[in-house]
Amino acid sequence: MFRFIARRLLETIPVLFIIVTATFFMVRFVPGGPFDGEKATTPEIRHNLEAYYGLNLPLHQQYLNYLDRVVLHGDLGRSTKYASRTVNEIIADKLPASVELGLLSLTVALVLGLAAGILAAVKRNTFLDYAASAFAMTGICVPTFVLGPLLVLVFAIHLGWFSASGWYGWTDRVLPSLTLGVVYAAYVARLTRGGMLEVLNQDYIRTARAKGASELRVIFRHALRGGLLPVVSFLGPATAGILTGSFVIETIFQIPGLGREFVNSAFNRDYTLVLGTVILYAVLIVGLNLVVDVVQVWLNPKLKFE
Amino acid sequence: MLSPSPEKLPSAGLPPTLEPGTSPWRDAWHRLSRNRLAVFGGVILIVLTALCVAGPWFMGNDYQSQDLRLGAVPPNAAHWLGTDTLGRDLFSRLLYGGRISLLVGFIATVVALVIGVTYGAIAGFFGGKLDSVMMRIVDILYALPFTIFVILLMVFFGRNIWLLFFAIGAVEWLTMSRIVRGQIMSIKRMEYIEAARSLGFGRRRIIFRHMIPNILGPVIVYTTLTIPAVMLLEAFLSFLGLGVQPPMSSWGVLIKDGAEKMEEYPWLLIFPATLFSLTLFSLNFLGDGLRDALDVRSSKD
Repeated sequence: MFRFIARRLLETIPVLFIIVTATFFMVRFVPGGPFDGEKATTPEIRHNLEAYYGLNLPLHQQYLNYLDRVVLHGDLGRSTKYASRTVNEIIADKLPASVELGLLSLTVALVLGLAAGILAAVKRNTFLDYAASAFAMTGICVPTFVLGPLLVLVFAIHLGWFSASGWYGWTDRVLPSLTLGVVYAAYVARLTRGGMLEVLNQDYIRTARAKGASELRVIFRHALRGGLLPVVSFLGPATAGILTGSFVIETIFQIPGLGREFVNSAFNRDYTLVLGTVILYAVLIVGLNLVVDVVQVWLNPKLKFE
Repeated sequence: MLSPSPEKLPSAGLPPTLEPGTSPWRDAWHRLSRNRLAVFGGVILIVLTALCVAGPWFMGNDYQSQDLRLGAVPPNAAHWLGTDTLGRDLFSRLLYGGRISLLVGFIATVVALVIGVTYGAIAGFFGGKLDSVMMRIVDILYALPFTIFVILLMVFFGRNIWLLFFAIGAVEWLTMSRIVRGQIMSIKRMEYIEAARSLGFGRRRIIFRHMIPNILGPVIVYTTLTIPAVMLLEAFLSFLGLGVQPPMSSWGVLIKDGAEKMEEYPWLLIFPATLFSLTLFSLNFLGDGLRDALDVRSSKD
């Protein structure tokens, strides 16, 4: 297993290199530059700004400088939109809120989703199954930009239990975590039900029952291991997305997270911030997909590290 | 189980004394047609599609004519589902929007399905170096910034509805391929695959005839999850400028607009959201029915 992980970590280097290179040149091909905003700039100011950010150098030189800074110093550069701030500072500043919201939502998603999915699969084609499936379908049909305002309307404005926006105390955490969590719970529930139904008819489950294992043991010890396979595959990339913040949720609930920067940096042509967020996301994707592959082998003894 | 059931043997090897079996696909069709919920879902989907395709021809109101003096009015005899703030008839906007949403949902999902299943199955089946390279490519595609990609598409190719399918299809197959790969890896050492191998079947036949039919369950479930995701992603892309432009509309865009006015003009959210949910619920029932119908094991009970 350690050889497997070591090899995968080595593979990460070319993957990150390709992502950084592709993104670097992709953002440069987009028309418009970081200083084409609404503020009128004289040619002199513009020239000085470009010199300050090193944007007047030939493109390949800029690319080599960027690689040099990132690889040797871990320095993601200065943001062109947020003057006087570095990308490292922006990420350090905004990532914690996104991660906290992400972990809370993930908890909601796993608790609700797994419970609903397992229940639906075990009590297949009964009222419980339909109720759990209806819950899951509602979570899928109602997008976050509808569910968020709805929850705010009911629980913040009419009932006054939780606050509608902001990011200070625990009352600010409830509604955004629920909104984001319910969507992922719906996915987890559907995939868990599907995965469980695949394995509940397998011979090894019959064997487990035949040898007298209790129903709970059959479900949690034997069926869940195989049944979680599709859920785990889904959760790898989904977790990367959920931890780096959600544009919609952060906008609705006014949360100072990183999710908005993913979209806004592209609109602002903030080259360094685009690259910084992409590198962060890429590291998470690669790392979590590695975790997924390890967990899959652990879940299914027929798999091997290869 | 002393004698294997006929379906489990390749038909070439059947002794002539056995009664001729039906193909698994016909069995599945038969089981599906007896599942009332699935048939119901299928019928609703067909009716909705027919309404969206043919409905606008018979409508008295079109989707773009405004009546500013009217403004937003609740449902009434002239406008069955009311009008939006510009006095446009919501019902015809919904039907026209349905054409776009159903088309996007269908085409982008088929693209994602075909690429994702084939790619994931090949990576999972062959494993080793090929799998490593293929999955690292998936990692790279996951990480590339989607917003930038969409803007670049528009810059180089202009606004085009086909680009929308391409942009959505290009990202939605990634998770599908990882799910399929995991499932293929988990069954590739099972006995019946060994049996197929020892019978001398080619790899292509083993992958497409023996393995993929056995992992269709998760594939169908994830497909029914992809369709709503795709339809909502279209609303985001329309916001970016790729996708449908006003005055044309789509369900995603209508829901998004309705959500902003839900307190003042609730019908602008309720009707699009209801139609959207009805479509997805039907699709889901049909998907669950398909899954059950294709599950050879459960049908033997």
